[in-house]
Amino acid sequence: MSYFVNAQGLTKTYPGIGKGNPLTVFDEVSFGINKGEFVCIIGHSGCGKSTILNILAGLDSASAGVVLMENREVAGPSLDRGVVFQNYSLLPWMSLLRNITFAVESRWPRWNKEQVLAHSMRYIEMVGLKGSEGHKPSQLSGGMRQRVSIARAFAIEPKLLLLDEPFGALDALTRGLIQEELIKIWEQTNQTVFMITHDVDEAILLSDRILLMTNGPFAQIAESVVIDIPRPRDRSGIIHHPHYYTIRNHVVEFLVKRSKELANPELRGQTRKAGGKPGYPPEINPVTGKVKQATPGSSTAGTKFNRNVVNLS
Amino acid sequence: MVKNLNLRAAVLSLVIFVVLMLIWELANQHTESTAGNSEYELLMGGSEPQARVPNPSEIGALAITELSDPFYDKGPNDKGIGLQLLYSIKRVAMGYLLAALIAIPTGFLIGMSPLMQRALDPFIQVLKPISPLAWMPLALFILKDSEVSSVFVIFICSIWPMLINTAFGVSAVKKDYINVARTHELGKLRTAFLVILPAAAPTILTGMRISIGIAWLVIVAAEMLVGGTGIGYYVWNEWNNLDLTSVIFSILMIGVVGMVLDNLLARATKMVQYVE
Repeated sequence: MSYFVNAQGLTKTYPGIGKGNPLTVFDEVSFGINKGEFVCIIGHSGCGKSTILNILAGLDSASAGVVLMENREVAGPSLDRGVVFQNYSLLPWMSLLRNITFAVESRWPRWNKEQVLAHSMRYIEMVGLKGSEGHKPSQLSGGMRQRVSIARAFAIEPKLLLLDEPFGALDALTRGLIQEELIKIWEQTNQTVFMITHDVDEAILLSDRILLMTNGPFAQIAESVVIDIPRPRDRSGIIHHPHYYTIRNHVVEFLVKRSKELANPELRGQTRKAGGKPGYPPEINPVTGKVKQATPGSSTAGTKFNRNVVNLS
Repeated sequence: MVKNLNLRAAVLSLVIFVVLMLIWELANQHTESTAGNSEYELLMGGSEPQARVPNPSEIGALAITELSDPFYDKGPNDKGIGLQLLYSIKRVAMGYLLAALIAIPTGFLIGMSPLMQRALDPFIQVLKPISPLAWMPLALFILKDSEVSSVFVIFICSIWPMLINTAFGVSAVKKDYINVARTHELGKLRTAFLVILPAAAPTILTGMRISIGIAWLVIVAAEMLVGGTGIGYYVWNEWNNLDLTSVIFSILMIGVVGMVLDNLLARATKMVQYVE
């Protein structure tokens, strides 16, 4: 068995400006994502999270290393990988509906107009924007725009969904609402998701695993934290779960202390050596304290059974 | 309040206009002295000691007669003002559309490809500052037709703002929009028409607006050179006839048509404008 998405030894080096030294943002980053898994990545600014996401999307290329999806190399952007950007990336001259239909048209070029419209409208409804489909993005609030962007990404039914800090620009209340909508849609679609976030609570609420990155330059993925809180989860209930604060404290402690410590050059050597090997990054369960080598298909087995999987296509 | 402001502005405009016209009219009266005129001078109607600029009232009277029948045609030397303007507009339209047809696709190419941008830059830099009228002798020699030559002059003067603005607009399309096109696997053609063209349209239209302004400036000069028909020829012809009233009237008409052309393009620009 192998991972659905497999990133192997990704390194990104930017040439130095003028006579400056070249800058290696991250070095030998490897990880795997299982099918249907929701994985978040957390790390301080500048550790190259967005670059990793862009490499997964095929929008950027790594200086070294390779990304495999279903055992095929990711060589460029594809409709198999939907992306939601932090700044929504809607086309401002198109109506909300058109922003979705053009994507649906590219995905299924043979569909007729009615099919495209019906499919698009279903996703507009799913994010609660029915009735606003004729509006231009500039007439919508930030939260509504991000909903459109999420609807567009889900509407093309990609095999992998990449979310680049999708809620970063939203206020806390709106963010909470859209997070719940995201979980709802995700539970309905059996989508594999890779998401960047800065928000620890958001990561615990949404993900099966959290990848923790050390600080750049030469950033690494130090560990992969298993979130064994059963689904369905919701914002008000999850904080009462006995595992919640153990996990949260573990992640926060990593971000505050260990992300810096592990970034020092001596320790870096050790993780770098480990980076290329199978079983990296180590899978950690903060609740049981168990550390084990990562193997494909292992991590989410315990949390999956609660998911109500409905295939929309 | 806005409506009120518009109204007040209109009233003020009118007041300024009336005051200026009154000053012009009153400061520019006949110095009628028949004394000292010879019988011959009186016979020829030369009662004024010095030629003077016509008064607004005279220009107004001429405007009424000219505009009541703008399209008459009594031979090569006597055509209505509307007809002359139409000749000029036709030339501008032809040269301008031809320029758009070439400038916009070329601008697209330059904007999309850094290689083409660098390769074509020296040509643009050298050709752009040449006064369009400097091309006239060469155009007359090669094209052997004054009509076509004036169209060519319009073409060459209106191509640059459109070309440069299109290239800039296309190269400045936000990377986010391009990424949207890429992640949705849009083909080259669909990317161009669905994403790049609408994103760059406001910049392109601004270039087209600058171009139409320049074309209208240049056509007057070009027609003064080549003669025959058109508003530029009309102005020069009336100067040769020493009919300053007609000269001033046609100057005003040039301004009015220029304003209308600019307004049309301004409206078109507004139609493609988008808010991010």
